[in-house]
Amino acid sequence: MPRKTMIEAIRDGLDVMMDRDKRVVVYGEDVGYFGGVFRCTAGLQAKYGKTRCFDAPINESGIVGTAIGMAAYGLRPCVEIQFADYMYPAYDQLTQEASRLRYRSAGDFTCPLVVRMPTGGGIFGGQTHSQSPEALFTHVSGLKTVVPSNPVDAKGLLIAAIEDPDPVIVLEPKRLYNGPFDGHHDRPVTSWSKHELGEVPDGHYVVPLGKAAIRREGAAVTVLAYGTMVHVALAAAEETGIDAEVIDLRTLVPLDLDTIVASVNKTGRCVVIHEATTTSGYGAELVALVQEHCFYRLEAPIGRVAGWDTPYPHAQEWDYFPGPARVGRALVEAMEA
Amino acid sequence: MADSAPLRFHVPEPEVRPGDTPDFSKVVIPEAGSVERPPVDAEPESIRKLAFSIIRVLNRKGEAVGPWAGALTDAELTDGLRHMMTLRAFDARMQMAQRQGKTSFYMQHLGEEAVSTAFRKALEKGDMNFPTYRQAGLLIADAYPMVDMMNQIFSNDHDPLKGRQLPVMYSSREHGFFTISGNLATQFVQAVGWAMASAISGDTRIAAAWIGDGSTAESDFHSALVFASTYKAPVILNVVNNQWAISTFQGIARGGAGTFAARGLGFGIASLRVDGNDYLAVHAVAKWAAERARSNLGPTLVEYVTYRAGAHSTSDDPSAYRPKTESDAWPLGDPILRLKNHLIVRGIWSEERHKQAEAEVMDGVIAAQKEAERHGTLHSGGKPSVRDIFEGLYEEMPPHLRRQRQQAGV
Repeated sequence: MPRKTMIEAIRDGLDVMMDRDKRVVVYGEDVGYFGGVFRCTAGLQAKYGKTRCFDAPINESGIVGTAIGMAAYGLRPCVEIQFADYMYPAYDQLTQEASRLRYRSAGDFTCPLVVRMPTGGGIFGGQTHSQSPEALFTHVSGLKTVVPSNPVDAKGLLIAAIEDPDPVIVLEPKRLYNGPFDGHHDRPVTSWSKHELGEVPDGHYVVPLGKAAIRREGAAVTVLAYGTMVHVALAAAEETGIDAEVIDLRTLVPLDLDTIVASVNKTGRCVVIHEATTTSGYGAELVALVQEHCFYRLEAPIGRVAGWDTPYPHAQEWDYFPGPARVGRALVEAMEA
Repeated sequence: MADSAPLRFHVPEPEVRPGDTPDFSKVVIPEAGSVERPPVDAEPESIRKLAFSIIRVLNRKGEAVGPWAGALTDAELTDGLRHMMTLRAFDARMQMAQRQGKTSFYMQHLGEEAVSTAFRKALEKGDMNFPTYRQAGLLIADAYPMVDMMNQIFSNDHDPLKGRQLPVMYSSREHGFFTISGNLATQFVQAVGWAMASAISGDTRIAAAWIGDGSTAESDFHSALVFASTYKAPVILNVVNNQWAISTFQGIARGGAGTFAARGLGFGIASLRVDGNDYLAVHAVAKWAAERARSNLGPTLVEYVTYRAGAHSTSDDPSAYRPKTESDAWPLGDPILRLKNHLIVRGIWSEERHKQAEAEVMDGVIAAQKEAERHGTLHSGGKPSVRDIFEGLYEEMPPHLRRQRQQAGV
């Protein structure tokens, strides 16, 4: 089985779906001739032509707005917002239009739309190239939100998203585009070519939306993470030697609550991690759900490690990023409580 | 620098306010029949002046004159009159129903009936409109059942939208009527996307985008122009300039531009203004734009110059911001009266037939209302199921919604 970077896996997923389904159309800023600033769409225009993969004006609301019209027509648009940070002009179209077409028209019109966007920090992107806006989507009725943590999932989840009959936001952690990352800024990123999760099957396969994966089994504490933070959690578990069970959520909406509840009921402890700012972040939802469903089994307060409630700084990026040291401290606190 | 006078902030104001005498003297209205009719493949650059004029067909005597006249048969014209009369009668009954507490809200079309009804007849089956709340005439002219419109307005248990939408926010894929959003201008760019998809698919269908003069200030209006222009999308971009965005006069959104149609010129889009109270002119221009779109000649921007004679909605009081008699002073007249006079001049209509038609139309509307009310109104009778709150948000209900539905006990 070939090993691919997450970028190559995403490109492969788009290629598979464009080949299988003529309704799939890929567009966004720079995605056509050039193949995207991260090269995720490289070669697709040459292979499928300009009507299937093309450059769009720098107009996020226009990209998503036209994609809604296309989806309502019956195509399967898969558009790219160049960075998640630039999604805000399209937010109205995503949250009040794409999310509701099926509901408000009682099924008369639907919106099978995929919006991909690179997300998260760790590449010295400063405040406008590092954001993690997932909570802004998970709060909205009618959207589904996906965050892959490795190439095999990135391809399988993307295919599931394109085949899904409803709008799906795919947040691609750009720190993971080239390899897994353990949160230590002074260590090089390991290439996916040396990692088992870099093994990406050829052709069509699906990682179903709404199913979490247990990345590390453990009995002492459950760690809930997604995207880049899955790798940080694994590093923290190794470095502290704590017998942590690390759950990679993969899809935030719909959420695999059963897997979470089963794990926390087993371990009795839970730490929630994400890269986005703390207040009202998706972690708050996870903490509330664990509390609702596992309160009588909990032996410690639920820990939460997340970005500080500030914009993402440039020079102090590694003091902002929730790394293995902070996660490790939270694990120790959960064990000592 | 020290010699500079203080800067002054400019806020445009309409010519008149309540208590003043209505004044439309600055609205330049060309003679009917005086504006050229270019070939549909005209270069946008060559017809720039059409963005500053007003295409008109019906003159003061009720005659159809000039190069834009002559496309409609007697039967089509009498149908058109009936559609406008139906919309007006429908509005009157639903406005009253709202005052009687049978629904929460209503928006009427008074004075603008020609725009949507004439436009619909220029489209073909399968074309898609992306309307605002003031184009119900698209449905009426396409024979969508009035009783279903009323069921929607009453949010009863026969409401096709299951009680989820505000009154008048209809949806019908079959009748080329995209689900209405209360968020302004969002549909304008969606229409362009639908048209792009039709072109990508090698289809023959076209799209029509709709927006009011006030909402042209929204970013999505400009986004739509960029995308329509860039990809030469087969779309008709309709701006209904009815002079008022609730209480805000059109000069606020228009800024320094001469007209709303002129917005299209910077994008290289063919841009025309038409007398929105002239059924024949609206139809002729819509037909021209539709043929252009269907012939791969790209988008057309059409500004309909009209006047919102009624209130913005049942929650609005126009006497608070404009002279009470302003609608009577509107120089382009009443669309129903103008078409009626034309049919009389044409010898296919009479005052007697008109009175009879008015009675027939009202009977039809009342019968539909009785049928709709048998299913219930907002506060009495049949209601959509509470279970419908949870259904149909996603194709397949996710677990968290199933849990919430159980909590709600449905």
